[in-house]
Amino acid sequence: MMNGRLRWRKFVSNFMLAMTGVCAFVSVLVLFFILGYLFFNGGTSINWDFFTKLPKPVGETGGGMANAIVGSGKILLLASLMGVPIGFLGGVYLAEFSGKGMASVVRYSADLLNGVPSIVIGIFAYSLVVLPFKHFSAFAGAFALGMMMIPITLRSTEEFLKSVPRMLREAAMALGASKWKTIATVIVPAAYRGIMTAILLALARVAGETAPLLFTAFGNRFESHGWSQPTATLPVMIYTYAVSPYDDWHRQAWAAGLVLLGLVLIINILARTILSRGIAVPRS
Amino acid sequence: MATTTTALKGAGPVTGSRSFFTRLRDGDEIARLITLLFATTVVLITAALVWELWVNSALPRQKFGLHFFVTSVWDPIMDQFGALPFIYGTMVTSAVALLIAVPLGIGAAIFLAELAPPRVSDTLQFFIDLLAAVPSVIYGLLGVFIVVPLMRTVIYPALNRPFGYLPIFKGPSYGVGFMTAGIVLAIMVIPYIISVSREVLLSVPRDQREAALALGSTRWESTWKVVVPFAKTGIMGSIFLALARALGETMAVTMVIGNTPKIAASLFAPGYSIAAVIANEFTEATGDLYLQSLIALGLVLFLLTFILNGLARLLIVFTTQKGSEVGG
Repeated sequence: MMNGRLRWRKFVSNFMLAMTGVCAFVSVLVLFFILGYLFFNGGTSINWDFFTKLPKPVGETGGGMANAIVGSGKILLLASLMGVPIGFLGGVYLAEFSGKGMASVVRYSADLLNGVPSIVIGIFAYSLVVLPFKHFSAFAGAFALGMMMIPITLRSTEEFLKSVPRMLREAAMALGASKWKTIATVIVPAAYRGIMTAILLALARVAGETAPLLFTAFGNRFESHGWSQPTATLPVMIYTYAVSPYDDWHRQAWAAGLVLLGLVLIINILARTILSRGIAVPRS
Repeated sequence: MATTTTALKGAGPVTGSRSFFTRLRDGDEIARLITLLFATTVVLITAALVWELWVNSALPRQKFGLHFFVTSVWDPIMDQFGALPFIYGTMVTSAVALLIAVPLGIGAAIFLAELAPPRVSDTLQFFIDLLAAVPSVIYGLLGVFIVVPLMRTVIYPALNRPFGYLPIFKGPSYGVGFMTAGIVLAIMVIPYIISVSREVLLSVPRDQREAALALGSTRWESTWKVVVPFAKTGIMGSIFLALARALGETMAVTMVIGNTPKIAASLFAPGYSIAAVIANEFTEATGDLYLQSLIALGLVLFLLTFILNGLARLLIVFTTQKGSEVGG
């Protein structure tokens, strides 16, 4: 009797533990399935035209997404120019200069901003940038994405600066360096890799964002010049092409999906492996 | 001057004794002010976000009041706006997503934290992190071309034939609908549940496991009856976090939910969600009331995720602290 009970308990134990293994296996399998499916479908539909040609008028086959690739690049660049300095210097303030009260307010705001759904960030950019200027623009899109980069950059900068050993600080100050010199020449360089990782991860996150661009950068079937015109981006193109009824557009959506996913994953892997050797990446 | 004296306390013992003017000459004060400026920008941006949402949703607040949440007519031509179908859609899709994602995610987290050797666990976690980085529009793309056909040919017949008498499995399926959106959402939030739950489980002190094993429990019993209850609040936190993600998710849902502002009991019926209606109609909204009604929906979404995220953070911090207190 006792023996049977024990055998049952052991069976349950092994069975349930095996089930947890199955859960983990299935979850990871999803990633490989996504990758495989995209590589298969995207790989067969991608061609040189995709990178070099403009979209063809509706109904004609062929053409590419050159404008969207350039547009995404432009918007990501401008977004980084807005988001990274605010996030980085804000993080320096939190780690090095802040008193208790102000720091918790800043931290709380950043966490709040981090949790805001991306579509709501889009509404914010719309009412703050699109409405006053009265047209969709690359700038508005970059503003939305920049806002999303701030909290990630800020909190990671703070975390990495704080993890720099106290001895380094004291050594620099003992040599007579002022506080800001210590920060600029000793502490920030020591935390440099971690901060770069965080910035890259922030970039990878906003690179795939679609919702905040729908009514800020909008979209464009032609080349857009400057920063004040509606601009096509890869994620928005994928969306419009995927929900369209045309087979050739579906094909191009797959190609764009492959390019976008490849870009995001490469930035991620780069950030996690090369830059973070020896440093654990904190999760925000 | 008051601010500089408060800052002195936090500035550490090294600069603590120097006067304001010495620090100004060294550039410390300038550096502090510049970084303070940027830090304040973050606060201002967040405040501006809340302010813009509030101010720009004044019209529907005045016209509909709380009726906005309980009426289900969404008619831009007659200027009638009720948010109920969208709130319903958001809640149903999120519920379906959690029903699928929670068991799977917690199971996987238990495997990663309790069973897998550290090397395997870290490698798998790396893949899970990559999964979390996949853009939502890609999930939408796969949803449109894989899950929607799968829904029509496999899942719908499998559920409708034996369980068709239940209202939630009744009626025809168009491929798109609440359940399709729920499945895609589930796949999207699983990585969040796994990452956070794994972290929380790993923070459970070793003695807890050893004590249970020493009392003669099997490996599973020590995990399920000791470790998991210990980490319960943190796991709840991970679920809240996932729920917040699911509520705010836009693209993937927009692409597969069917975009029909109707309340239907059947999970196979097409519906609409808050985020999806904003994404679809924002650029086409003519008239202030229409636009502001959409912004009011955005405000609702913001408040929901704000509350959930806050709760999640509290729960997670609570558990990891409990772990370090007992363990340390």
